[in-house]
Amino acid sequence: MLAQDSLKNVLYIDLSKRKFWIEERPDLFEKWLGGVGVGAALLEEECPEGVEPFSPEAPIILAVGPMVGFYPMASKTAALFKSPHTGNLGESHAGGRSAVSIRLAGLGAIVIKGASDIPIAVNISENKVSFIDARALWGLGVGETGRILREKTGKPGARSIFRIGLAGENLSTFACVVTETYRHFGRLGLGAVFGSKKLKALIITGHKSLPVADKKAYHECYDKILKQILETDSLKKYHDLGTAVNVLSLNRKRSLPTKNLTQAWFEEAEKISGEYFAEHLLGRRLACAHCPVACIHLAALRIPYEDEPYFYKTTFISYDYELIYSLGSMLGVGQAEGILKILAKVDDLGLDAISAGVVLAWATEAFEKGLITTKETQGLTPAWGAVEVYLDMLEHLARQSNEFYQTLAKGVEYASQKYGGEDFALAFGKNEMPGYHTGYGCHLGFLTGARHSHLDSAGYSYDQKLNVPELGPGKLAELLFEEEAYRQILSSIIICFFARSIYKYEVISEALKAIGYDFSPKELKALGQKILRRKYHFKLREGFSFEGLRIPKRILKTISPHGQLNEEFLRQGIKTYKEILLKEEV
Amino acid sequence: MALLKVVDVERCVGCQLCMFACQRRLGLGGTSRAAIFPKSRGGLSRGLMVIVCRGCKDPSCAAVCPTGALKPRKGGGVIFLPHRCIGCGFCQEACPLGAIFWDEESNKPVVCIHCGICAQYCPHGVLAFEKEDK
Repeated sequence: MLAQDSLKNVLYIDLSKRKFWIEERPDLFEKWLGGVGVGAALLEEECPEGVEPFSPEAPIILAVGPMVGFYPMASKTAALFKSPHTGNLGESHAGGRSAVSIRLAGLGAIVIKGASDIPIAVNISENKVSFIDARALWGLGVGETGRILREKTGKPGARSIFRIGLAGENLSTFACVVTETYRHFGRLGLGAVFGSKKLKALIITGHKSLPVADKKAYHECYDKILKQILETDSLKKYHDLGTAVNVLSLNRKRSLPTKNLTQAWFEEAEKISGEYFAEHLLGRRLACAHCPVACIHLAALRIPYEDEPYFYKTTFISYDYELIYSLGSMLGVGQAEGILKILAKVDDLGLDAISAGVVLAWATEAFEKGLITTKETQGLTPAWGAVEVYLDMLEHLARQSNEFYQTLAKGVEYASQKYGGEDFALAFGKNEMPGYHTGYGCHLGFLTGARHSHLDSAGYSYDQKLNVPELGPGKLAELLFEEEAYRQILSSIIICFFARSIYKYEVISEALKAIGYDFSPKELKALGQKILRRKYHFKLREGFSFEGLRIPKRILKTISPHGQLNEEFLRQGIKTYKEILLKEEV
Repeated sequence: MALLKVVDVERCVGCQLCMFACQRRLGLGGTSRAAIFPKSRGGLSRGLMVIVCRGCKDPSCAAVCPTGALKPRKGGGVIFLPHRCIGCGFCQEACPLGAIFWDEESNKPVVCIHCGICAQYCPHGVLAFEKEDK
């Protein structure tokens, strides 16, 4: 890396002592690139073995990579922490302006340790960290918190505002952190870790310059990459209808989990499709910093006030496929407007939208089966499509208003252990299921992925492209491992996964060279595997076990495009994945 | 002479490709030397605005410059002569658009030169580089 490159700066913040310092760590970035690679290394340095996720000793690591501030779609920040939801590796990524702000504040990573005794916000700018008394913000929603902080802190346009809502304050283990109103560190409970440190918000402003090693090569490389991004059909799709384009195609393939996956198609899919949203509700499109795709789709929802005629409130709510699945089909909600109402609530409370939907779906079925009653739900009657009931339940959940809601706030794995209904508790490695029932690939991916997320290895994509049952579990596990390893490089440099068809190893190697980083395609490939093994090393150290993975019976029962799924196939796949992973030492 | 114009700010998605293009022109990454700045109108739900020099025929910034470092440019806007600039910041105060930015490293203003590179990189039809009618 170039001597003047500020990526090497790691900012340490100790919330207990209200202290901060910067350490130069070129060693980390030269070896692990940045993002998830550096984040995982810092997590290992900073996180004591077996630490309780809510203890002050548990660190939050935020890391960006070398390509940020230089190349299009290098717009993500990786957060690493000990997950309160799964008890092992916590990792989630967010875009918005987060990455560019951190990188251009002259930083490569931020390590937050300790805990504050009072609610606090941290304001980071170039060369300075200040602490803001956030007592007056505690108890406020995500939206209002953002509005207030925006008035007084940081520089508009060059700033990112991370914040939590009630769910994070009250330590729901699937609480998220929101940035720029519409982007999220969604999964695995970063919001609760913020809450446990009484950290209401983090504001980062940066707009420095970055040095280039070879100007000519940089310009050429940039133009080549941008041209490809603008000409790629799959990216055009994300601009036009957004990820919601998937609703109808997955429904046609009988892969759209519906009503807690009692079925894999939704009779009302048309009315919650990307096409419906775009035609009737789409109000605005937005982009993350340095991304021409602009996949963020905002619906304009106009709701009349009941106490006065011709009096409306109009809110802008961002929607995506996963949320339409979790808060729509999964809950039997067949109107787009209903989904948006639930989504607005989930967002303002600061919950992970996938987990929130799956948790409500489990509760609905558990209620139908009599495992829980109105005594637990505080008089509410959850039922498919009951939007208003779900809104009330979410409020209870975020406030943890009784023992039942306290339990729900820890996810379906935990809730089903207490109330029963494990067979239909849709979680993998304790993380709630993403929106695909495409066959063996997706489920093996959820089981083996280090984050138990659809983004780890995109098994759903193999299900749709290859003949997976014929391929067999061993070969499938190999493909998933290879894809997940490649994605470690994307999330280290750190590029949005939507650009994966453009940023192949050769392109990355060339792009890095122009800005002073020397990694051959072969080295990158080996490094991806190394990072993945290192993450798994942490998972295993913190108690994860492949053998202990629960396969929810429901996914075996509800017919997928591969027919009825066979548990043995999945177990064999898990076994092979483990063998590949442990083949080499960390 | 051609001028850079914000032709339809409602089409702006906030990708900031214009700002990065402006900076890249100088052979740098990042954004500190960019003369164009897209930002939200107070939260992204309200949409965006693009702050950039609109090429005044009678520029306020040049009118207040005590050392003649900013000269009115033929066709609109200004030409910046850095060797004359003492970094007083009057120009920044005078521009009602806020379109004079500041480079902390050199302690001098950054102002659009109407080269049009940003418009070439705007993927959404917000910016245009247009010939002025005579």
